[in-house]
Amino acid sequence: MEPKDMICIACPLGCRLSIYEDNSAEGFIVSGNKCLRGIDYAVKEMTNPTRVLTTTVKISKAFFSRIPVRTNGAIPKSLIYEAMKLINCIEIQAPVRMGQVLIKNILDTGVDIIASRSMYEREMLDHIKDSTFEVKKSL
Amino acid sequence: MNNYEIVVIGGGPAGLAAAIEARKNGVKKILLIERDRELGGILQQCIHNGFGLHIFKEELTGPEYAERYIQELITMGIEYKLNTMVIEITKNRQITAINTIDGIMHIQGKAIILAMGCRERTRGAVRIPGTRPAGILTAGMAQRFVNMEGYMIGKRIIILGSGDIGLIMARRLTLEGAQVLAVAEIMPFSGGLTRNIVQCLEDYNIPLFLSHTVVDIEGQDRVKAVTIAKVDKNSIPIKGTEKRFECDTLLLSVGLIPENELSKCAGIELDKVTGGSIVNESMETSIEGIFACGNVVHVHDLVDWVTEESKRAGKSAAKYVKGESTGRYKVINIKGINGVRYVIPQLLRVKNITESINLMMRVDNIYKNIKFIVKGNGQKIKEIKRAHVAPGEIETIKITLNELTYRDYNEISVEIVKEEA
Repeated sequence: MEPKDMICIACPLGCRLSIYEDNSAEGFIVSGNKCLRGIDYAVKEMTNPTRVLTTTVKISKAFFSRIPVRTNGAIPKSLIYEAMKLINCIEIQAPVRMGQVLIKNILDTGVDIIASRSMYEREMLDHIKDSTFEVKKSL
Repeated sequence: MNNYEIVVIGGGPAGLAAAIEARKNGVKKILLIERDRELGGILQQCIHNGFGLHIFKEELTGPEYAERYIQELITMGIEYKLNTMVIEITKNRQITAINTIDGIMHIQGKAIILAMGCRERTRGAVRIPGTRPAGILTAGMAQRFVNMEGYMIGKRIIILGSGDIGLIMARRLTLEGAQVLAVAEIMPFSGGLTRNIVQCLEDYNIPLFLSHTVVDIEGQDRVKAVTIAKVDKNSIPIKGTEKRFECDTLLLSVGLIPENELSKCAGIELDKVTGGSIVNESMETSIEGIFACGNVVHVHDLVDWVTEESKRAGKSAAKYVKGESTGRYKVINIKGINGVRYVIPQLLRVKNITESINLMMRVDNIYKNIKFIVKGNGQKIKEIKRAHVAPGEIETIKITLNELTYRDYNEISVEIVKEEA
């Protein structure tokens, strides 16, 4: 098998790694790494690369028309586009609290899609804005 | 005239942390002024994760990081004013601000903390040739459109500049269905974090062209095509290396400038290298009682360091308001030489340091296997080895009080020395 090249991101050093499959206990041989974390990183990238997905969801009755969301854990890299499709289908309404689950167990990964900020209803926000502060007009 | 002990200008991560820290240090009458319709600043549009790794030991998204501080500020009952623009500050710490409810306000602060952040460089700042059609925008502006307002900005996209915002937007736009054809970077290395190169470009097979820049933009009403070319070591485009991409959008991620119009009108001294105010160990500017923190001082790469620096500003402002600090101490100048572009703070009063001080600095190039040497009056105080440094990553060196008081220094310098193999 052709060796695969990658840059390690375990630390800012950014070692250029080269990895290929063999018959050893670990199943891979990694070179170019300056520390052991490089091996872990490369093997994980070869066997099961995962990522935290962050994106937005449509929201109504809020100040903005999008609310930021994320997976509450890492999901397989290969499922990112499929997850995006599902996330793009939903539409929610303010108010929403940070951490609120919007999609449970997405694509059977055991990971949920959660809101990554709170958004109040438009009217509620106006109310808060008016009551927080009362500096008298100068002049 | 409204009187406050501390007035904080800007409600982003710097302003929030400074106000909270000032309250924790016993200051009662604090006012925070924000020009946007909500607190949190630029964090609200940075929906990717990776914030707070150093402070919370978690990978939060920007809005999550902001919300923790906003909640703390509100719980503490610190006054804040949204949709309010500060239009002038004076050296006597008078502030003129304006909004649609109160009209013009005159506010007197015993101390002021400047936390206005920074602004993106635009096409005008980098002088790109070509026509001037729609479809050319800065990466941060695109980020706001896509992540908050819900507008898609284009279908086929070229990005100039490989700073972190550009890289993050390359991934974000790809996920939203656009095709990012290329990222061009004029330097021979990327200014972004390695993690972002891997997870934003390589994960999505987006090509990065190093030592390349935009040499032409075509299109009458909307961008039709963008041509990039390789540059030589003087950044001059090389004939015959042009690549033309048919596209509808050009994103610019070509650097950030501290936003110091207010500082200038108060007569605060600015640093030519950072574009921000010159500060001392207490994050105090050249005008007594006016402090500064965050990206308005120098552009940071991690919000965690903004928070840390801003806490220092909040604490110092609190001390100042309570009359506990005095400026009449001897001042040491700190400067970066031989590969160190700048050091923050630029000034140091040893008497105001309790245990240690962190010097923050940026280098001018990628270096491998080097030593940072800190010298006082030309004599070595400290050396620190680094296997790898890059302009995109701020370096921090901790200097203890003992090291500073070993001799009576007038000047401290930080430089890079190559380590012998």
